[in-house]
Amino acid sequence: MRKQVRLTIDDRQITAPAGTLIVNAAKQIGIDIPVFCYHPKMEPVGMCRMCLVEVGRPIIDRNTGQPVLEDGQPKIQFGPKLETACTTPVSEGMVVRGMSEKAKAGQNEIVEFLLTSHPLDCPICDKGGECPLQNLTMEHGPGKSRFLYDEKFHLEKRVPLGDLIFLDRERCIQCARCIRFQDEIAGEPVIGFYNRGRATDIVTYTDPGFDSVFSGNTTDICPVGALTTSDFRFGARTWELKSTASVCGQCPVGCNIVFNTRREAKADGRIVIKRVMPRQNEQVNEIWLCDKGRFAYHYTENGARLSRPLVKKNGKLEASSWDEAAAIAGGKLRSADGEVVVLASGRLSNEDLFNLKSLADGLGGKALLYTQMGGGDLTARFGVGAGTNFGEMGAGTTILVAASDLYNEAPVWHLRVKGAAKRGATVIVANGRETKLDAFAKYVVRYAYGDEVETINGLQQKEKIGEAITSAENLVVLFGSDGLGLNGTSNLAAACAELVQGRAGKPNNGLIGVWPKANDQGAWEIGFRPTDDLSSELKGKTVYVVAADPAGDDPQLAAALKEAKFVIAQELFQTATADLADVVLPAQAYTERDGSFTSGERRAQRFYAAVPAFGESQADYAITALVADAAGVELADSAGQVFENLVVTVEAFAGLTYEILAETAEQWPVVGRGDMYYGGTTYENTRGLGAHLVGWGERGETASRPRVQEETELRPKEGQWLAVPVTKLYDQGLTVRSSKLLESHIGAATVTLHPEAAKRLGAGAGELVEISLNGTTAQVSVLLDETVSASVALLPRGMGLPISGPVVAGLKKV
Amino acid sequence: MLKELGRGLLTTFKMLLEGPVTTSYPEEKREVRPRFRGRHVLKRYDNGLEKCIGCSLCAAACPADAIFVEASENTDEERYSPGERYASTYEINMLRCIYCGFCEDACPTEAVVLGDNYELSFTDRHDAIYTKDLLLEPASEGRPTTPQTVEPGVYTRSVPQMENPKD
Repeated sequence: MRKQVRLTIDDRQITAPAGTLIVNAAKQIGIDIPVFCYHPKMEPVGMCRMCLVEVGRPIIDRNTGQPVLEDGQPKIQFGPKLETACTTPVSEGMVVRGMSEKAKAGQNEIVEFLLTSHPLDCPICDKGGECPLQNLTMEHGPGKSRFLYDEKFHLEKRVPLGDLIFLDRERCIQCARCIRFQDEIAGEPVIGFYNRGRATDIVTYTDPGFDSVFSGNTTDICPVGALTTSDFRFGARTWELKSTASVCGQCPVGCNIVFNTRREAKADGRIVIKRVMPRQNEQVNEIWLCDKGRFAYHYTENGARLSRPLVKKNGKLEASSWDEAAAIAGGKLRSADGEVVVLASGRLSNEDLFNLKSLADGLGGKALLYTQMGGGDLTARFGVGAGTNFGEMGAGTTILVAASDLYNEAPVWHLRVKGAAKRGATVIVANGRETKLDAFAKYVVRYAYGDEVETINGLQQKEKIGEAITSAENLVVLFGSDGLGLNGTSNLAAACAELVQGRAGKPNNGLIGVWPKANDQGAWEIGFRPTDDLSSELKGKTVYVVAADPAGDDPQLAAALKEAKFVIAQELFQTATADLADVVLPAQAYTERDGSFTSGERRAQRFYAAVPAFGESQADYAITALVADAAGVELADSAGQVFENLVVTVEAFAGLTYEILAETAEQWPVVGRGDMYYGGTTYENTRGLGAHLVGWGERGETASRPRVQEETELRPKEGQWLAVPVTKLYDQGLTVRSSKLLESHIGAATVTLHPEAAKRLGAGAGELVEISLNGTTAQVSVLLDETVSASVALLPRGMGLPISGPVVAGLKKV
Repeated sequence: MLKELGRGLLTTFKMLLEGPVTTSYPEEKREVRPRFRGRHVLKRYDNGLEKCIGCSLCAAACPADAIFVEASENTDEERYSPGERYASTYEINMLRCIYCGFCEDACPTEAVVLGDNYELSFTDRHDAIYTKDLLLEPASEGRPTTPQTVEPGVYTRSVPQMENPKD
């Protein structure tokens, strides 16, 4: 523990650890010293001078080394000039005056100076109402300017830095928070200062502009309205918005978010989501959010969503009533005699999955998880213990990232692992190609696709890496699905689980699955399991498909579904699977209902209904209850009731209640309160930090040694390619493609090849090649990557090509 | 007693000779006072551009929650108001409005002004909601209406003259 020092701030005595900055020490006792450039998550720079305070230090007698006393009190000498509270660390006996006339005068002058060329166009500024500059101007501003209007420096007001972020050059106060965020926290220095003096300007170095998936965060921490998102541009005034706490449903990180909603005339008077803001949860996402989470929510308001139940009559789907549709679906499930398959994906909440599992159990059918990533049984056993927090990991912690491109699969984990590396954690990246995390890793292990398990098994034999793993105080292993399918990931998970076996259940130790969906972990915990051979499982069965589109993903699965006895599809949209279905049930998006997700770190987190339901759609758990009722199985139909049933049935959830998930605690840094200038516009967490599931270790159970299955090796012949699936952040998934804003980021299907290999093929970057795999042929454009092996072709998932695992493929030039 | 009666009747007869104080509304209309607060009007600049920039401050100031504003972005090809922002939806519910004039005070561009018109009647609650096309004053004679196609880089300021407030 660091040495504690005593000091006085505004006549209040406090103790703070040595090295604490005055601004933070003051914040801890509730004194707000105004800042612009300082941010508690970043290094201080002292650029804006807003935090000027009077600092006095005790006079020390040189002979005795003791403070000089005056009337029994140490004599304090104040400096002739004001000092910046954001760069000055506290020291013993220090006296800080932030409210004195001299300090106030200094602060007032800084505001006046910052306003010399500010356009003062608060009425049209998107930041208006939650703007640090606006608030501090009201507090410190001169009321009248001593500068002439004609002498104001006029600059361009509409500068798109990228397609997601706009810059207003006039409003910028050159605090460099955005530049420092990209540099220090995101590790992607894609923006910077250009020019000097009054002409200082923010520019982007990349093409396309501001090429970072964390760009939206700069708008949160921008203390003025200089950076705004194109999504919310002139969307509404901030005080008109209602906010509802939620959890991001795009990836397994489970970032806490807030949906800002408003009734809109443009949307025919419906209440719509206007923007997504991060909500502080220091153990999950701190105060950050990736751009996918921020901008991909538009699918919920897509007018093409299913609004009524449909029933197939004379070979055509026709609108029907809930009673009729549920009666038909339930009747078919009941008469199927246990030949029932419930196929669901991790997009659903814990409540939905539990009801579906209960239905499958009640009918004697199977509950299958629709995924291409295995190993969830192992994360349920060897998952990270309660209290795990990437934000606390530093020296002594080893983080192994195996076969995962965190930047694309779970961006906020990328950011947090990078942060841990900066604090001294040993990061080991094992992958078949270069990923963005490599730059921050201490060790990078490169293997040939197919050798994942051997590589992980061999890590402990390596001298330095083995040492880093075995002697680490804490060990976290993240495994993903980069270049792997269901079998490959299951085997990889087993290999990874062996590394953490003895540590399971301890905080900051264990296995984390970087799942493709937000709640895959929950699905595994509740008892859903994937299958190797989905096609044969579907044939001849009565199939209940929920939140999954097997027919759209893979023609073979479409053929299998056609051979199914009866298909019930429960979806948001009329997908290819819904086209094949006999009954289609419209589900609510998770923004329209209550529920909970389980994150990859096994943290159950609640989300709340933000907008009214679309059309006649119902919540997934309620639809299942309705169908189950007709099938003769009794299930609860309110989120709270379902969760109560879940808690008593599934051991991992034991002891949890909605109230526990909604509990909050004091977090540092303090954000989202009145002083937005300190932490930015991230929301304070008032609706729950979530709670960790009970681990096997905590239950006192001993885990058995994980099993490794045999896998057939794929060796492409001469002239053939090994096509492996990789994850692309912005894919054509159902929950992404509705966002017009992300269109250029999604793009068309691509194949990534080694430049030499592409040359052999005769195709350059951006040119079209024809790829044939799994019985499908498609044209894709070529991307080049020098770190890919010669005969390997990387194919992004969810871009229209049926690739569920590594497969031998043919490529030819068009 | 007769004296008092006579005095009363005198007043009556005197009044008989004077004209009536009432006017025969609606044929005859009395001019309103200069600061009368009637139905709102959305003003235009002389060049035809709308003064309203869709800032929604009127809605924020409204104690009766009668005003609803939605903003959109101007382009030089399709310009409604100076600057980047204009009101794509502007509605006032005249049944909720209490004609206090706070909206007028809050407006940074003097776009919304309470006018002379007090003759409002509706047969349907929906008719009481005045939309932007009803509130916006017509462009003055010979001036173009909005949207206008304008030269790029001319109308860059939402609030044309940012000056210190005059005492």
